[in-house]
Amino acid sequence: MRDAVQIPPPIALLAELTHRCPLACPYCSNPVDLTARQTELDTATWLDVFRQAVEMGVLQVHISGGEPASRRDLVDLVKGAREAGLYVNLITSGVGLTDARLAALDAAGVDHIQLSVQGVTAQMADWIGGYKGGFKRKMAVADKIAETGIPLTLNAVMHRHNLGDLPATIDLAKRLGARRLEVACVQFQGWALKNRGALQPTREQVDMAKKVVAQARADNRGTLVIDFVPPDYYSDFPKACMGGWGSTGLNVTPDGRVLPCHAAETIPSLSFQSVTEVPLADIWYKGAAFAAYRGTDWMAEECQTCDRRDVDFGGCRCQAMAVVGDAAATDPVCRKSPHRHLVDATLKAEAQGAERGTEQRPGDKDFTYRSFPEQV
Amino acid sequence: MTRTRIPVLPRGVRLHFDKVRGKNVLLAPERALFLDDIGHAILSEVDGQRSVAQIARHLAAVYNAPEDAIAGDITEFIDDLADKRVIGFTDA
Ligand code: SF4
Ligand code: SF4
Repeated sequence: MRDAVQIPPPIALLAELTHRCPLACPYCSNPVDLTARQTELDTATWLDVFRQAVEMGVLQVHISGGEPASRRDLVDLVKGAREAGLYVNLITSGVGLTDARLAALDAAGVDHIQLSVQGVTAQMADWIGGYKGGFKRKMAVADKIAETGIPLTLNAVMHRHNLGDLPATIDLAKRLGARRLEVACVQFQGWALKNRGALQPTREQVDMAKKVVAQARADNRGTLVIDFVPPDYYSDFPKACMGGWGSTGLNVTPDGRVLPCHAAETIPSLSFQSVTEVPLADIWYKGAAFAAYRGTDWMAEECQTCDRRDVDFGGCRCQAMAVVGDAAATDPVCRKSPHRHLVDATLKAEAQGAERGTEQRPGDKDFTYRSFPEQV
Repeated sequence: MTRTRIPVLPRGVRLHFDKVRGKNVLLAPERALFLDDIGHAILSEVDGQRSVAQIARHLAAVYNAPEDAIAGDITEFIDDLADKRVIGFTDA
């Protein structure tokens, strides 16, 4: 066991206010078991969580969901987070943000807005989001955000059906005056894992996307920052998930459970404490779920002795769980993992699905849209 | 970048003193940049009024250091932050 002094304080808090959302993206990172409205934390509890987070050393809060605008108290929560001393980033699909609400958020001191886009045309975006009229509404919201001057990041989730639209996505970011563009290739967790076969891009698409990004970065230096998250199944080494388990960030779910990463609930051996029962600092410094994969003791031999050990921290625990069935395994994306063949076999099988064409749209039946067990 | 340009912290970027760690930090969209004393000294002078050359002159006097070397350091520092879009210029 390591003692508390060796554990650094967290920098960022992901506050998933709600799982409710008007959209139904088939790659939503929310868990497959969505939390119902009745069990969501109330305003006072969230405000207390923000104050505790600041006392611990958290600098930024990412207010997310679901769609955070589904919460009636969103403006109060943003205001309270700012007053507590946090930098407030709002992560939204824009759908459901009225002009009046946006003005109130502006006055409440929101520091930055990250707007997700499902595509660059209404046809694509509304098909992916499963919500007619969503794209039109989102574009209207984007224009309003530009009017307020709140800095904007466009978050484009990319996959087989829209990776070819990357140049148009970059143009959209520029047209909307975004400071940053995140080109985030779908990570296969949560709902995305259910839809992996329908979403997995091809190697040709990925290679092309890398070239497009490199050129666009050079062309737009100083005006548009482009972050690119490549699809990791095609990578040789895994991503540094969460900057290392329990080392930089924590995630509070709509009903108050505190997770080391948003997908941590897919690891059945872990149990999670709630802000309604335990102080946040105790969960971070003493909680078993946070201790489970902190540091390097838990790692397999290939990671222990690897020169990338402190670069990628052995990769994603939830991906190891999903693909290998063992959360303590080396991320199977890694070339050194004894399980890399599982990833390669998946890619081979899914490439056959892609042979029908990357542009051709499968019918809706090819997606499992995210949904609640029953209407809430 | 020419030294006559006037840097400014754009909306959504702010200096913050982190009491828990005892460090100065620049908070920006999706970033928290911990600053050393020099970085903090430079950013504390960025006011959207004075040019890089003027800031260099001021800091050279305060730290009793050669103005040209200081101006070079500031230019490099600010160029890097401008590429990340956490610093802007009044004329852009
Ligand atoms: S990914 Fe789509 S469905 Fe999930 S919260 Fe975001 S907008 Fe809603
Ligand atoms: S062996 Fe482990 S530490 Fe090394 S690159 Fe692979 S996952 Fe990362």
